[in-house]
Amino acid sequence: MKVSYYPGCTLKTKAKDLDFYLRKCAGVLGVEVEEIENWQCCGGVFTTASDEIATKLSSVRALSEARDKGQKLLTVCSACHNVIKQTNYQIKNDADFAARANNYMQQDVPYEGEAEVVHFLELLRDEIGFDAIREKVTDALKDKKIAAYYGCLLLRPGKVMQLDDAENPSIMEELIEAMGATPVVSPYRNECCGGYVVLDDAKSAEKKSTAITENAKTMGADMIVTACPLCKYNLEKHDQSIPVVYVTELLAEALGIKEGV
Amino acid sequence: MNKKAIRDEIIHISGVNPKKCMKCGKCSGTCPSYNEMEYHPHQFVYMVESGDIEPLMHSDSLYKCLSCFACVERCPRGVEPAKIIEAVRLMTVRQQGANHLKSDAIPELLDENLPQQAIVSAMRKYSK
Ligand code: SF4
Ligand code: SF4
Repeated sequence: MKVSYYPGCTLKTKAKDLDFYLRKCAGVLGVEVEEIENWQCCGGVFTTASDEIATKLSSVRALSEARDKGQKLLTVCSACHNVIKQTNYQIKNDADFAARANNYMQQDVPYEGEAEVVHFLELLRDEIGFDAIREKVTDALKDKKIAAYYGCLLLRPGKVMQLDDAENPSIMEELIEAMGATPVVSPYRNECCGGYVVLDDAKSAEKKSTAITENAKTMGADMIVTACPLCKYNLEKHDQSIPVVYVTELLAEALGIKEGV
Repeated sequence: MNKKAIRDEIIHISGVNPKKCMKCGKCSGTCPSYNEMEYHPHQFVYMVESGDIEPLMHSDSLYKCLSCFACVERCPRGVEPAKIIEAVRLMTVRQQGANHLKSDAIPELLDENLPQQAIVSAMRKYSK
């Protein structure tokens, strides 16, 4: 299968591993990943105000390109996924926004929300299947106890994101189990790491992040897995005693296409 | 803008109907930034409803919200308080010279691991 892929700005700079191992894993799992041409930064956060148009056009462009190719639009960075998926939802459900965005863009075919946005985790669960992954993994992660950290962006708002039950998700735990490791469930797995507030109020972000890492350690985790570069940054900055790894990197290790973590 | 115009604009761009709120306080109870805030999510909702918006527009609480959507997910009435906070914040930062984070302040906030995502997100939330 072939999918359009939106990597996002952070994956080209500070989060190269997230991107590199996505491509490696997709290759081994038989998915052809075609990067969107001339994509632009999604802006990192979705603005909920209905009169914000300009800041959402980069998402609309990426979505239109996937639609034109008849492909799903694959994301992996939680922030890009959230922004693009929320923009797609708005264009489908807010006729005024759709009209204004399309009037600005003047494309041959107006974009009406036809593309489907899929996160890498959804690709693994719904297209490839956790059973297929289970068959391909080595025993590299056999003795590892891993806490999934979802954060906010992958799950909320639940009615838009629909990745999983927003209050009691299990997709990452199921993947951890399929990769041959033991999932550790922390009640803080869908609480916020502090996000961008780290730039304005570092103390506030520190409190949020350390609550998450402390709890993961208390629950017996040896490492934390995430799909978000900003979550990884916040968790690592405020607590160096537990490793935080990207989901793609961990899968590469499980598949035996990466040396160590 | 007069009080009523500001209230109408906030309700319009947020799409929130504050009348739906039953003042249960669940949004504030679940808010991870509760302790950093002078005004809490449920207060944003009823102060916008009553037109008492000036204090909110001048409060640092605008910048303490993490946009984590916990309040949106957990409000039993579907009020979506984060959207009202965002609209009040936009009313403030859209004023001339009212950017909370100025781009020339960014270089000293950088460290070698900081992802671009943090910078673009903060600029989007704090500035226009
Ligand atoms: S979105 Fe903002 S107000 Fe709502 S729970 Fe999160 S930090 Fe609190
Ligand atoms: S949770 Fe909803 S109904 Fe309860 S106080 Fe907050 S906004 Fe109002």
